[in-house]
Amino acid sequence: MKLKESKFFSSSSYTFKPSYIIEGMIMKTLFAITVSFLLFIFGFSFSFADDYGDAYVSGSLSDATILIPFLADDSASGGICGLVYNGLTKVDKDLKVVGDLAKSWEVSDDKLRIIFKLRENVIWQDGVEFTAEDVKFTFETILNPDNAVPYIASFQDIENIRVIDKHTIEFVYKKPYAPALLKLGMGIIPKHLFKGINIRDSKYARAPVGTGPYILDVWKTDQHMILNSYKDYFDGEPYISKYVERIIPDQAVQFLELITGGIDYMSLSPYQYKYRTETIKFNQRFNKYKYLAHQYTYIGYNLKDPMFSDKRVRQALSYAIDKEAIIEGVLMGLGEECSGPFIKNTYAYNDDVKKYPYDPDKARELLAEAGWEDTDADGILDKNGQPFSFKLITNQGNKQREDVATITQRNWQDIGIKVEVQTIAFVTFLKEFVDKRNFQALILGWTMPIDPDCYNVWHSETIKEGGLNFIGYNNPEVDKLIEAARGTYDISERAKCYQKIHALIAEEQPYTFLYFPYALPAVNKRFKGIVPAPAGISYDFINWHVPKAEQRYVF
Amino acid sequence: MIKYIAKRLLLMVPMLLGISLLTLLIMHLSPGDPTSLRYGLNPEVSGSARAQLKELYNLDKPFVVQYGCWLKRVVTLDFGRSFVDNRPVIDKIKERLPATLLLQISALLLIFSIAIPVGVLSAVKQNSFFDKVTTFLVFIGFATPTFWLALMLMRLFSFELEWFPVSGMSPWYAQYMSLPQRIGDILWHLVLPLVTLAFTGLASLSRYVRYSMLEVIRQDYIRTARAKGLAENRIIFKHALKNALLPVVTILGMTLPALIGGSFIFETIFAWPGMGRLGYMSIMQYDYPTVMGVGIISVFLTLLGILISDILYAAIDPRIRYE
Repeated sequence: MKLKESKFFSSSSYTFKPSYIIEGMIMKTLFAITVSFLLFIFGFSFSFADDYGDAYVSGSLSDATILIPFLADDSASGGICGLVYNGLTKVDKDLKVVGDLAKSWEVSDDKLRIIFKLRENVIWQDGVEFTAEDVKFTFETILNPDNAVPYIASFQDIENIRVIDKHTIEFVYKKPYAPALLKLGMGIIPKHLFKGINIRDSKYARAPVGTGPYILDVWKTDQHMILNSYKDYFDGEPYISKYVERIIPDQAVQFLELITGGIDYMSLSPYQYKYRTETIKFNQRFNKYKYLAHQYTYIGYNLKDPMFSDKRVRQALSYAIDKEAIIEGVLMGLGEECSGPFIKNTYAYNDDVKKYPYDPDKARELLAEAGWEDTDADGILDKNGQPFSFKLITNQGNKQREDVATITQRNWQDIGIKVEVQTIAFVTFLKEFVDKRNFQALILGWTMPIDPDCYNVWHSETIKEGGLNFIGYNNPEVDKLIEAARGTYDISERAKCYQKIHALIAEEQPYTFLYFPYALPAVNKRFKGIVPAPAGISYDFINWHVPKAEQRYVF
Repeated sequence: MIKYIAKRLLLMVPMLLGISLLTLLIMHLSPGDPTSLRYGLNPEVSGSARAQLKELYNLDKPFVVQYGCWLKRVVTLDFGRSFVDNRPVIDKIKERLPATLLLQISALLLIFSIAIPVGVLSAVKQNSFFDKVTTFLVFIGFATPTFWLALMLMRLFSFELEWFPVSGMSPWYAQYMSLPQRIGDILWHLVLPLVTLAFTGLASLSRYVRYSMLEVIRQDYIRTARAKGLAENRIIFKHALKNALLPVVTILGMTLPALIGGSFIFETIFAWPGMGRLGYMSIMQYDYPTVMGVGIISVFLTLLGILISDILYAAIDPRIRYE
């Protein structure tokens, strides 16, 4: 592809004075007149059938590392893999599981077999036809221990994969595993290229061939990546011809790039969202979006510590924290209160669980019930001669968590609890404190997978060293519900289990759940067709388009 | 002389061995390993998967064995593959070095071409208005944090005036430009980083030149030259400057590590794809092979730089002879 003429840099001198804007405005007016004329004549709504072209330049803080879906373990690589590859399934805008490479699927009555019917019109980006053999090959590669795939645990219940015909494949599981439907959404790699080679060292890690809407064209490490639209994409050619990712490791510099037109998209910090982008000028050129990120921040209590073994104490600690003030102070109000470990507004999230609004009096009452009173009048509660004093730790380098620690320390001090805050370098924090269960209370956050299965964090099996249930939460009822939810593909059944889990955990408060932050992207206004949904904005990127007259880059 | 160079080159071998051993040792002394940062808190990555990864990277072997393996490969100039993206370390370094060298060498040239005249002039006209103003300015430059200056320059020249691009070395659409256009474009992108580097780096060199010039001017042979009735220009630039520049050669040798190593903060702000970012990120990610590769190459080039500056000494100062 050759660049014929670009309105952006065709002028002989390197000035940034954007002549194309004026040109664009005339074009826009002409275009608008033409469109209204057409509308007048034909009387039907205008479709954007011709709006192919332009480039979308996204700003990213870090570069991708490896473009093989099941080895990509950072968000940058995952994002690019999502454009290049497809899985059997994906989530739609409402986070529901829908087919991607699979047209449909059927789960057997014993819930051990899933048969996928695959799409028949899928062509790999190098022209070879996609078949069930590719699917089988991908998952067998993942399951081969020699490849040391980090996500192998999500697939280890697969007993057998059988190709029924070119477009039908069956997965046999050792035991029912409902999260399978989403886990099998892992990107499929082409067998004809990967067969018999070392996956990790292969050249395709940097020059991937997938079935997805974009083909990687140029990758200059830590500078930029250019992807071209794939004309034969099975779901239709994407409107935007080029997807460009620029690596700009500093968020303040990204913002300057956004304003000066160097990038079309960035993810804003709460401060930028609230204080730097409220101008009319900014809002004339950019759309800002706001939706819940699939993350939450919490304070976890080590349940093996006798100080926290009483439920009333944990509830009191939660009542004593002013969550609204934390959201206001830490996120500039750009977040929502969290009450449990599931993505808000999904079927697993239970809105009617016990909540802990800021109520220091109630906290004092509960603590008194549990035997904590200030008997020696030194301002600090005590019980059996022991003062209520503990250490709250968090990892270094996360300003938000450090701020949460400061506010919480103050809140707890108000009800007579002495807290010492310590921030520790991340790896030391993990190795010496979290992994060894050597802490009293800590501030951390979880990113939640779309499937609500929460075995790895809440099941008592994961209390043992190396597992992520480091607070030592052990509730046989929750264990049973987690297993039951894994064992059924019926969403309403699963919803019942997870909502119950949510209620139990909310009642027991092994964590004080703090907040879900908002994701805050800003996108240049020339991109149309963006519909924010629970899944964010980029789920249907292939339908974003720029009206011909507003296109900035011409190829 | 050749014997001397050979001896010096041979001496580098134990030095490199020691430094590489120390580097790996320090990396291993810090808590954690490559898998803890990436997967430590990832609910989808199990402990057994992490153990498999460690095996893949040979991290389950004792330290000495790991060092031995590394050494065996390095002798054949194979620096291994990165833990992060599985690419050969040497490729990663090769793609970074040009960007860093371009920026650092042009900055060095710019700094020298400003600092030497400034230093000489303020020595010759000691305590004059010029001397005081330049002293004031270079100290301001010295005291200014690089990242702050960079952001201020970006704000003024890229955001308000729109004269220069904000960041990066070349735009993504550079591939569609003609070669002269591309070169012009890189120079255009170089302006702000260069100004930042030069302004903040001017102080030490110009002060050095000034000081050593003041020393030289007071020497007897300068007085003799004056007594002979030589023109002042000739005295300063022919007799004095040549001698005053001797210590500068030492400084040149000392700047070499920065020349190759780049600067993390600086490169991060300007989104410059250089060695500083590579080195820093690989340390943060426990990417041992890359850290070792970057380390050993920087050390080698630095040692080489020192050797060259020593040889240069002999070349410009007839009093120095190496046996």
